Amino acid sequence: MKRIEILKTYKIYIGGAFPRTESGRYYQPLANKKPLGNICLSSRKDVRNAVVAARGAQTGWAEKSAYNRSQILYRIAEILEGRRSQFQSELELQGITKVTAEKEIDASIDRLIYYAGWCDKYTQVFGSINPVASSHFNFSTYEPTGVVGIIASEESSLLGLISMIAPVIAGGNTCVVLASESKPLCAVTFSEVLATSDVPGGVVNILTGNTKELLEHFASHMDVNAVVYCRNNKDEINQLRLLAVDNLKRITIKDNVNWDDEKVENPYEILNFMEVKTTWHPIESISAAGSGY
Amino acid sequence: MAIKDYSQTPKVDQVGILDRVARVTARSIKNEAKMQGLRMVLNMIDLTTLEGADTEAKVKQLCYKAMHLHDEIPNLPTTAAICVYPNFVNVAVKALKGSGVKVASVATAFPSGHSSREIKLMDTKIAVDAGADEIDMVISRGKFHSGEYNFVFDEIAAIKEACGNARLKVILETGELGTFDKVRRASDIAMDAGADFIKTSTGKIKPAATLPVTLVMLEAIKDHYYKTGRMVGMKPAGGISNSKLALQYLVMVKETLGGKWLSNEWFRFGASSLANDVLMQIAKQTQGNYQSKDYFSID
Repeated sequence: MKRIEILKTYKIYIGGAFPRTESGRYYQPLANKKPLGNICLSSRKDVRNAVVAARGAQTGWAEKSAYNRSQILYRIAEILEGRRSQFQSELELQGITKVTAEKEIDASIDRLIYYAGWCDKYTQVFGSINPVASSHFNFSTYEPTGVVGIIASEESSLLGLISMIAPVIAGGNTCVVLASESKPLCAVTFSEVLATSDVPGGVVNILTGNTKELLEHFASHMDVNAVVYCRNNKDEINQLRLLAVDNLKRITIKDNVNWDDEKVENPYEILNFMEVKTTWHPIESISAAGSGY
Repeated sequence: MAIKDYSQTPKVDQVGILDRVARVTARSIKNEAKMQGLRMVLNMIDLTTLEGADTEAKVKQLCYKAMHLHDEIPNLPTTAAICVYPNFVNVAVKALKGSGVKVASVATAFPSGHSSREIKLMDTKIAVDAGADEIDMVISRGKFHSGEYNFVFDEIAAIKEACGNARLKVILETGELGTFDKVRRASDIAMDAGADFIKTSTGKIKPAATLPVTLVMLEAIKDHYYKTGRMVGMKPAGGISNSKLALQYLVMVKETLGGKWLSNEWFRFGASSLANDVLMQIAKQTQGNYQSKDYFSID
């Protein structure tokens, strides 16, 4: 018997649940003149709800032990591995060859594992003990900046997406992601991976929709502490920088990035979304031998 | 006058109540109406602190907040009242002098209500003598569940007498009553015994205020008004922490009791975190961008 073909409805991911967009709107991105699926056209209210979810999850996520965050990132990679055939077919649907798709999935899994390894290491590597001219033990360490908005790569719909989510959450931040507008399938399927990999609800929230419509709300939202923008539109970059001034958001621009490049994979990506905390601890000498700093 | 048999109070149509509430929550309130509603909500809040850890300083801070909700936005109303334990009433009265913000005090062995009549009366008198404008009493839920409705009635009437000029809010603690029928019965008893307000909850029990339970109480107020011509106020308390929900309460009051009840003389919200959420919404409406708690005072 011939089965009726039904176009899949992809939903957004907020607070660990898969709601439809609050606006009820949809769009159908095309590849080879065929619609890829019914994709939510998220509204500013969805951004707002996602930020509320991300804020609610932030403290709990940051308070997890670094080792545990590491385990969870590793688990995302494992679950992603288990669903590679689905990503494979979606990447191909979105218009790349079988071989390239395979490569992209491999790189995505490896990238998650790479940042999983860094979760409990970046503080040792980047934290410091600072020489001061008083009887203080002075040290600096890194704390998450809070809620991070990610305007994910338009072209690299899986690797580009994961390359930004992984370092952001590795450092204890939570994020609200706007997925690729023309190639949104992998992002939504990745949220299904997140939902089954011990990532607490709200740590990663993924929206689909129109950048032009939503960017200003990422940029101007007072409860978003940083935004990373992974596209090339100069006007959008200007708009983002301008609106971000109100609460002095950290803005990171990743234009013209080759996400396959190994250089993309480095611990400084974690530092982009961290704040330095320096502590002055009153103490005369550190050790029994009387050494000071 | 014959003693009323409270076991015969009207039964509540649960399905009807839930259906009505579902329709209220589907209303969309935007722009001008929303701003008007939000300001009204602020002006109806009983800003509350009822913690074991309360200090004089905390109460003073709360009083300041009641008068200066968010000075960055001009012309905001004050809250209706602040609500504290009896031993902080004098602190609050002094701090709020001349501001028009009322001082409400819980009394009668709040929150459990398990104590003797003498202690409850004394508790009330101490608060009133210290200058409380309003008394929030709890009913004896234990006696109510035992069917001793006359006891509950007499107790409310006695406290009402002890209140003098202070207005009496009667807390039913609906989360411990169990069914809508019992909520209706307790509402009727409280109103007949002289309550100026009926109030859902202490805030110490979950569930606290909900839309359905409030609707049951509003319907009771309506029937009481038709029967006696006396207006009784309503105060949902506990668990109302966002603006959208608060606006839904206002819609329900307007549609059940009419515009006459839409002032802080007849309707209050018992809340602590609601004010900041409303302020954030007002800031959003005026400045255009979504707000963060980081930029609003904690208490």
